[in-house]
Amino acid sequence: MNSAVIVFPGSNCDRDLAVALETVIGRKPHMVWHRETELPAGVDFIGIPGGFSYGDYLRSGAMAARSPIMRAVANAAGRGVPVLGICNGFQVLTEAGLLPGALMRNSGLTFVCRPVHLKVENTQTLFTSQYRAGEEITIPVAHHDGNYQADSDTLARLEGEGRVAFRYSGEVNGSAHSIAGIINDAGNVLGMMPHPERAVEAAHGNTDGRRLFEGLLETVAA
Amino acid sequence: MKARVFVTLKAGVLDPQGKAIHHALEGLGFDGVRDVRAGKLIELELADGTTDSAVEEMCRKLLANTVIENFRIERVA
Repeated sequence: MNSAVIVFPGSNCDRDLAVALETVIGRKPHMVWHRETELPAGVDFIGIPGGFSYGDYLRSGAMAARSPIMRAVANAAGRGVPVLGICNGFQVLTEAGLLPGALMRNSGLTFVCRPVHLKVENTQTLFTSQYRAGEEITIPVAHHDGNYQADSDTLARLEGEGRVAFRYSGEVNGSAHSIAGIINDAGNVLGMMPHPERAVEAAHGNTDGRRLFEGLLETVAA
Repeated sequence: MKARVFVTLKAGVLDPQGKAIHHALEGLGFDGVRDVRAGKLIELELADGTTDSAVEEMCRKLLANTVIENFRIERVA
Protein backbone atom coordinates (compact mmCIF):
# COMPACT_ATOMS: atom_id res chain seq x y z
CA MET A 1 0.00 0.00 0.00
CA ASN A 2 1.37 3.34 -1.10
CA SER A 3 -0.13 5.90 1.26
CA ALA A 4 0.00 9.66 1.64
CA VAL A 5 -0.67 11.84 4.68
CA ILE A 6 -1.57 15.44 3.97
CA VAL A 7 0.09 18.01 6.24
CA PHE A 8 -1.39 21.46 6.81
CA PRO A 9 0.03 24.24 8.96
CA GLY A 10 -1.45 23.36 12.35
CA SER A 11 -1.90 19.64 11.73
CA ASN A 12 -0.74 17.84 14.86
CA CYS A 13 -1.73 14.20 14.38
CA ASP A 14 0.09 13.77 11.08
CA ARG A 15 2.97 11.93 12.74
CA ASP A 16 0.63 9.74 14.80
CA LEU A 17 -1.18 8.75 11.63
CA ALA A 18 2.09 8.11 9.79
CA VAL A 19 3.32 5.87 12.63
CA ALA A 20 0.03 3.96 12.71
CA LEU A 21 0.15 3.43 8.95
CA GLU A 22 3.76 2.32 9.01
CA THR A 23 3.07 -0.02 11.94
CA VAL A 24 0.18 -1.72 10.20
CA ILE A 25 1.15 -1.62 6.54
CA GLY A 26 4.91 -1.81 6.99
CA ARG A 27 5.70 1.10 4.74
CA LYS A 28 6.21 4.78 5.52
CA PRO A 29 3.58 7.05 4.00
CA HIS A 30 4.48 10.04 1.84
CA MET A 31 4.05 13.21 3.88
CA VAL A 32 2.51 15.73 1.46
CA TRP A 33 2.60 19.45 2.27
CA HIS A 34 -0.64 21.33 1.60
CA ARG A 35 0.97 23.61 -0.98
CA GLU A 36 1.67 20.71 -3.31
CA THR A 37 -0.63 20.51 -6.30
CA GLU A 38 -0.13 16.81 -7.03
CA LEU A 39 -0.02 13.62 -5.02
CA PRO A 40 2.95 11.29 -5.41
CA ALA A 41 2.41 8.87 -8.30
CA GLY A 42 0.61 5.64 -7.47
CA VAL A 43 -0.83 6.71 -4.13
CA ASP A 44 -3.59 4.27 -3.21
CA PHE A 45 -4.62 5.71 0.15
CA ILE A 46 -4.84 9.28 1.46
CA GLY A 47 -5.04 10.20 5.15
CA ILE A 48 -6.09 13.64 6.34
CA PRO A 49 -4.92 13.99 9.92
CA GLY A 50 -6.27 15.68 13.02
CA GLY A 51 -5.08 18.94 14.44
CA PHE A 52 -5.99 22.58 14.12
CA SER A 53 -5.20 23.42 10.51
CA TYR A 54 -4.83 27.20 10.11
CA GLY A 55 -5.69 27.59 13.79
CA ASP A 56 -9.33 26.76 13.00
CA TYR A 57 -9.64 30.28 11.53
CA LEU A 58 -13.01 31.11 9.97
CA ARG A 59 -14.38 27.60 10.57
CA SER A 60 -12.61 24.36 11.50
CA GLY A 61 -11.18 22.91 8.29
CA ALA A 62 -12.38 25.80 6.12
CA MET A 63 -8.99 27.10 5.02
CA ALA A 64 -7.40 23.67 4.65
CA ALA A 65 -10.26 22.56 2.42
CA ARG A 66 -9.24 25.29 -0.07
CA SER A 67 -5.53 24.37 -0.03
CA PRO A 68 -3.97 23.53 -3.41
CA ILE A 69 -3.48 19.85 -2.51
CA MET A 70 -7.19 19.39 -1.84
CA ARG A 71 -7.96 19.61 -5.54
CA ALA A 72 -5.69 16.63 -6.09
CA VAL A 73 -7.31 14.84 -3.14
CA ALA A 74 -10.79 15.50 -4.57
CA ASN A 75 -9.69 14.18 -7.98
CA ALA A 76 -8.20 11.06 -6.40
CA ALA A 77 -11.36 10.52 -4.33
CA GLY A 78 -13.36 10.83 -7.55
CA ARG A 79 -11.27 8.05 -9.07
CA GLY A 80 -12.08 5.83 -6.08
CA VAL A 81 -8.87 6.19 -4.06
CA PRO A 82 -9.74 5.61 -0.37
CA VAL A 83 -9.56 8.77 1.74
CA LEU A 84 -9.73 8.80 5.55
CA GLY A 85 -10.23 12.08 7.40
CA ILE A 86 -9.78 11.94 11.16
CA CYS A 87 -11.04 14.71 13.47
CA ASN A 88 -9.84 17.92 11.79
CA GLY A 89 -9.52 15.74 8.67
CA PHE A 90 -13.27 15.01 8.90
CA GLN A 91 -13.93 18.75 9.22
CA VAL A 92 -11.73 19.37 6.16
CA LEU A 93 -13.64 16.74 4.13
CA THR A 94 -17.03 18.29 4.95
CA GLU A 95 -15.72 21.78 4.18
CA ALA A 96 -14.32 20.49 0.88
CA GLY A 97 -17.71 19.04 -0.01
CA LEU A 98 -16.39 15.47 -0.14
CA LEU A 99 -18.71 14.53 2.71
CA PRO A 100 -22.12 16.05 3.52
CA GLY A 101 -23.02 18.03 6.62
CA ALA A 102 -20.93 20.12 8.97
CA LEU A 103 -19.12 19.79 12.30
CA MET A 104 -20.17 22.44 14.75
CA ARG A 105 -19.12 23.46 18.26
CA ASN A 106 -19.77 20.66 20.80
CA SER A 107 -23.20 21.13 22.34
CA GLY A 108 -21.65 21.13 25.83
CA LEU A 109 -19.27 23.89 24.66
CA THR A 110 -16.25 22.16 26.18
CA PHE A 111 -13.34 20.44 24.49
CA VAL A 112 -13.95 16.70 24.87
CA CYS A 113 -10.82 14.57 25.29
CA ARG A 114 -11.42 10.99 26.43
CA PRO A 115 -11.90 7.45 25.16
CA VAL A 116 -15.46 6.94 23.91
CA HIS A 117 -17.50 3.87 23.05
CA LEU A 118 -18.47 3.55 19.42
CA LYS A 119 -20.82 1.17 17.71
CA VAL A 120 -19.62 -0.09 14.34
CA GLU A 121 -22.75 0.39 12.25
CA ASN A 122 -21.56 -0.79 8.87
CA THR A 123 -18.89 -3.45 8.39
CA GLN A 124 -19.27 -3.52 4.60
CA THR A 125 -17.01 -0.53 3.98
CA LEU A 126 -13.42 -0.32 2.77
CA PHE A 127 -12.45 0.71 6.28
CA THR A 128 -14.54 -1.41 8.64
CA SER A 129 -14.39 -4.94 7.23
CA GLN A 130 -12.33 -6.22 10.18
CA TYR A 131 -14.97 -5.30 12.75
CA ARG A 132 -18.03 -7.35 13.65
CA ALA A 133 -21.44 -5.88 12.86
CA GLY A 134 -22.78 -3.98 15.85
CA GLU A 135 -19.51 -4.40 17.73
CA GLU A 136 -18.73 -1.82 20.37
CA ILE A 137 -15.19 -0.48 20.29
CA THR A 138 -13.32 2.14 22.30
CA ILE A 139 -11.48 4.94 20.50
CA PRO A 140 -10.26 8.28 21.90
CA VAL A 141 -11.78 11.60 20.86
CA ALA A 142 -10.16 15.03 21.28
CA HIS A 143 -12.17 17.84 19.76
CA HIS A 144 -14.08 21.05 20.30
CA ASP A 145 -16.03 20.99 17.04
CA GLY A 146 -17.34 17.47 16.65
CA ASN A 147 -21.06 18.10 16.72
CA TYR A 148 -22.15 16.58 13.41
CA GLN A 149 -25.16 18.30 11.85
CA ALA A 150 -26.92 17.96 8.52
CA ASP A 151 -30.42 18.67 7.25
CA SER A 152 -33.06 16.00 7.84
CA ASP A 153 -33.02 14.79 4.20
CA THR A 154 -29.26 14.25 4.35
CA LEU A 155 -29.52 12.43 7.68
CA ALA A 156 -32.29 10.21 6.30
CA ARG A 157 -30.18 9.43 3.24
CA LEU A 158 -27.08 8.63 5.34
CA GLU A 159 -29.11 6.27 7.53
CA GLY A 160 -31.02 4.70 4.63
CA GLU A 161 -27.89 4.03 2.62
CA GLY A 162 -25.92 2.60 5.54
CA ARG A 163 -23.45 5.44 5.39
CA VAL A 164 -23.16 5.90 9.15
CA ALA A 165 -19.98 3.92 9.81
CA PHE A 166 -19.62 4.69 13.53
CA ARG A 167 -22.06 5.94 16.14
CA TYR A 168 -21.33 7.11 19.70
CA SER A 169 -22.84 4.78 22.30
CA GLY A 170 -23.34 7.64 24.76
CA GLU A 171 -23.61 11.40 24.61
CA VAL A 172 -20.35 13.02 23.48
CA ASN A 173 -20.86 16.26 21.58
CA GLY A 174 -24.48 16.65 20.53
CA SER A 175 -24.09 15.08 17.07
CA ALA A 176 -27.29 14.41 15.16
CA HIS A 177 -28.16 10.70 15.41
CA SER A 178 -24.99 10.34 17.57
CA ILE A 179 -23.00 10.18 14.34
CA ALA A 180 -19.25 9.71 14.86
CA GLY A 181 -18.24 8.78 11.31
CA ILE A 182 -19.77 8.67 7.83
CA ILE A 183 -18.81 7.52 4.37
CA ASN A 184 -19.51 9.18 1.04
CA ASP A 185 -21.99 7.74 -1.47
CA ALA A 186 -19.26 5.94 -3.41
CA GLY A 187 -18.01 4.39 -0.16
CA ASN A 188 -14.35 5.34 -0.52
CA VAL A 189 -14.24 8.43 1.71
CA LEU A 190 -14.61 8.07 5.49
CA GLY A 191 -14.68 10.96 7.93
CA MET A 192 -14.67 10.32 11.66
CA MET A 193 -14.10 12.42 14.77
CA PRO A 194 -12.54 9.66 16.95
CA HIS A 195 -8.82 8.92 16.49
CA PRO A 196 -8.18 5.28 15.47
CA GLU A 197 -4.47 6.07 15.08
CA ARG A 198 -4.32 6.60 18.84
CA ALA A 199 -5.47 3.04 19.52
CA VAL A 200 -3.09 0.90 17.48
CA GLU A 201 -0.32 -0.36 19.78
CA ALA A 202 -0.51 -2.08 23.16
CA ALA A 203 1.28 0.91 24.68
CA HIS A 204 -1.75 3.04 23.74
CA GLY A 205 -3.73 0.98 26.26
CA ASN A 206 -6.17 -0.16 23.60
CA THR A 207 -5.81 -1.47 20.06
CA ASP A 208 -9.38 -1.13 18.76
CA GLY A 209 -8.27 1.31 16.06
CA ARG A 210 -5.77 -1.08 14.56
CA ARG A 211 -8.36 -3.14 12.66
CA LEU A 212 -9.45 -0.07 10.70
CA PHE A 213 -5.98 0.15 9.17
CA GLU A 214 -5.81 -3.65 8.78
CA GLY A 215 -9.15 -3.62 6.95
CA LEU A 216 -7.94 -0.84 4.72
CA LEU A 217 -4.74 -2.74 3.95
CA GLU A 218 -6.72 -5.80 3.06
CA THR A 219 -9.15 -4.02 0.73
CA VAL A 220 -6.52 -1.82 -0.93
CA ALA A 221 -4.08 -4.69 -1.40
CA ALA A 222 -6.82 -6.98 -2.80
CA MET B 1 -14.75 50.52 -1.71
CA LYS B 2 -15.80 48.30 1.14
CA ALA B 3 -18.21 45.48 1.71
CA ARG B 4 -19.40 43.98 4.95
CA VAL B 5 -20.35 40.34 4.98
CA PHE B 6 -22.59 39.14 7.78
CA VAL B 7 -22.48 35.39 8.33
CA THR B 8 -25.22 33.94 10.51
CA LEU B 9 -26.34 30.45 11.41
CA LYS B 10 -29.43 29.27 9.57
CA ALA B 11 -32.66 29.17 11.52
CA GLY B 12 -33.00 25.91 13.38
CA VAL B 13 -29.26 25.27 13.54
CA LEU B 14 -28.25 24.90 17.17
CA ASP B 15 -25.96 27.71 18.28
CA PRO B 16 -24.06 26.61 21.40
CA GLN B 17 -22.05 29.85 21.48
CA GLY B 18 -25.23 31.91 21.40
CA LYS B 19 -26.58 29.77 24.24
CA ALA B 20 -23.44 30.35 26.30
CA ILE B 21 -23.64 34.11 25.74
CA HIS B 22 -27.29 34.01 26.74
CA HIS B 23 -26.44 32.19 29.98
CA ALA B 24 -23.66 34.68 30.70
CA LEU B 25 -26.04 37.61 30.18
CA GLU B 26 -28.52 36.01 32.56
CA GLY B 27 -25.68 35.51 35.04
CA LEU B 28 -25.07 39.26 34.89
CA GLY B 29 -28.69 39.89 35.71
CA PHE B 30 -29.93 40.75 32.22
CA ASP B 31 -33.14 38.78 32.28
CA GLY B 32 -34.80 40.48 29.32
CA VAL B 33 -33.06 38.38 26.66
CA ARG B 34 -35.16 35.71 24.95
CA ASP B 35 -32.50 34.20 22.69
CA VAL B 36 -28.98 34.90 21.42
CA ARG B 37 -27.54 33.93 18.05
CA ALA B 38 -23.86 34.62 17.39
CA GLY B 39 -22.53 35.30 13.92
CA LYS B 40 -19.55 36.84 12.16
CA LEU B 41 -18.87 40.15 10.50
CA ILE B 42 -16.21 40.10 7.80
CA GLU B 43 -15.09 43.44 6.34
CA LEU B 44 -13.65 43.43 2.84
CA GLU B 45 -11.63 46.27 1.37
CA LEU B 46 -12.29 45.86 -2.34
CA ALA B 47 -10.56 47.05 -5.47
CA ASP B 48 -12.69 49.43 -7.56
CA GLY B 49 -14.92 47.58 -9.96
CA THR B 50 -15.26 44.40 -7.86
CA THR B 51 -18.73 43.19 -8.76
CA ASP B 52 -21.52 42.11 -6.44
CA SER B 53 -21.44 38.70 -8.02
CA ALA B 54 -17.73 38.36 -7.25
CA VAL B 55 -18.39 39.14 -3.58
CA GLU B 56 -21.25 36.68 -3.57
CA GLU B 57 -18.95 34.03 -5.00
CA MET B 58 -16.42 34.74 -2.22
CA CYS B 59 -19.20 34.08 0.29
CA ARG B 60 -20.28 30.83 -1.34
CA LYS B 61 -16.75 29.52 -1.86
CA LEU B 62 -15.21 30.43 1.48
CA LEU B 63 -16.68 33.02 3.80
CA ALA B 64 -19.85 31.11 4.64
CA ASN B 65 -20.57 27.39 4.86
CA THR B 66 -23.97 27.35 3.22
CA VAL B 67 -24.75 23.96 4.76
CA ILE B 68 -25.26 25.71 8.09
CA GLU B 69 -24.88 29.44 7.48
CA ASN B 70 -26.57 32.29 5.64
CA PHE B 71 -24.75 35.39 4.48
CA ARG B 72 -25.74 38.95 3.74
CA ILE B 73 -23.59 41.45 1.87
CA GLU B 74 -23.71 45.14 2.64
CA ARG B 75 -21.88 47.55 0.35
CA VAL B 76 -20.25 50.52 2.05
CA ALA B 77 -19.50 53.52 -0.11
